[in-house]
Amino acid sequence: MSDHHHHDHDHSELSETELRVRALETVLTEKGYVDPASLDLLIELYEKKIGPRNGVRVVAKAWADPAYHARLIKNPTAAIAELDYSGRQGEHMVVVENTPEQHNMVVCTLCSCYPHPVLGLPPVWYKSAPYRSRAVSDPRGVLKDFGVTLPDTTRIRVWDSTSEMRYLVLPMRPAGTDGWSEEQLAELVTRDSMIGTGLPKQPGKGA
Amino acid sequence: MDGAHDMGGVAGFGPVVPEPNEPVFHSEWEKRACALTIAMSRPGGWNIDMSRFARENRPPEDYLSKTYYEIWLAGLETLMIERGLVTREEIEAGKMLVPPKPGAKPIAPSEVTPAIRHIGRTTREPTSPALFNIGDKVRMKNIHPPTHTRLPQYVRGHLGTIEHNQGFHVFPDLHSQGKGENPQWLYTVRFDGPELWGKDSDPTLSVSVDAWESYLERA
Repeated sequence: MSDHHHHDHDHSELSETELRVRALETVLTEKGYVDPASLDLLIELYEKKIGPRNGVRVVAKAWADPAYHARLIKNPTAAIAELDYSGRQGEHMVVVENTPEQHNMVVCTLCSCYPHPVLGLPPVWYKSAPYRSRAVSDPRGVLKDFGVTLPDTTRIRVWDSTSEMRYLVLPMRPAGTDGWSEEQLAELVTRDSMIGTGLPKQPGKGA
Repeated sequence: MDGAHDMGGVAGFGPVVPEPNEPVFHSEWEKRACALTIAMSRPGGWNIDMSRFARENRPPEDYLSKTYYEIWLAGLETLMIERGLVTREEIEAGKMLVPPKPGAKPIAPSEVTPAIRHIGRTTREPTSPALFNIGDKVRMKNIHPPTHTRLPQYVRGHLGTIEHNQGFHVFPDLHSQGKGENPQWLYTVRFDGPELWGKDSDPTLSVSVDAWESYLERA
């Protein structure tokens, strides 16, 4: 069976998988285990509602509002739920804050654990062998793959998500943003900056 | 199990290649595979630890040559066949050949959002005091269970420091085997880079895992 998958995926093989998934959906629908309309809704939720824009709002609010920042660090799950983000794969949130002294990076070496309510479904690279293997042993090398170089003196802290605790990185608010509104700050927050493989955009550098 | 899924520190996989403006799904079948897997967890009745084990429990060459959602699909088929929800013949034939398992109810459209928003905490009321305190030195046990575990190989036998107590959580090693929740204290344990990777490690590196109490021994 595995011989089937030793080579790279060509078009015929993709369509083979496609046929298998269709067959599976047909069987499960016939047997009354799934309702295809529910599958459509699930897909729509993950494509349109549950994504990194949620986390962007959390970070921008934490940058703009010191009281919210304090709540987010002290009781992350509740502070995130204030913005109506909660549920599956976000039940036990931890927010780890970057400082000039310490940069945080999140990985799941064993599978693909990721805080869905704030970041959505993980990107392919997060689930890939190169990231899962090297994030814990060579995070600076991984950062280089993302075009990010940190000072040699910055400590790097990697959080391996081996339990149901889910980690969100709170990046440092960029300099030169004094007096910016939450909406303006949100423009600077990237998904990767909330995983720790990127930094926020700098003001004036464009989107 | 010491399988190919346990990737921390393994060399030779090459660079990380991020995809600019990556879509949530890369094909129609990925969407359906993802949704089917989530939707089947209710009629299937398995827990998250069982589904993780069903995905990782395969020969290394199989695990490494499948894409992410191909592994999900293979795991889903295993879970369903194990429980008699479908037969391999039905999957091959693409149609129902034996009657459905009684009582396996689907998620209705009106239940989708509540199911995704459902807060399924893994914390339980503690039934014993925590054995370790913040700052305690601990050694990760050198265990190699053939069954599911969340203790990665790269930290086994290594010396770490208890940094946080994360509460009293369902224990996946037994929960994945259908042997009950057996909750335990869960700790965030921090390791210095050189402790894990030797003298050539980045000296500024520290790594943590979340570890159940029975993974630890006092150092």
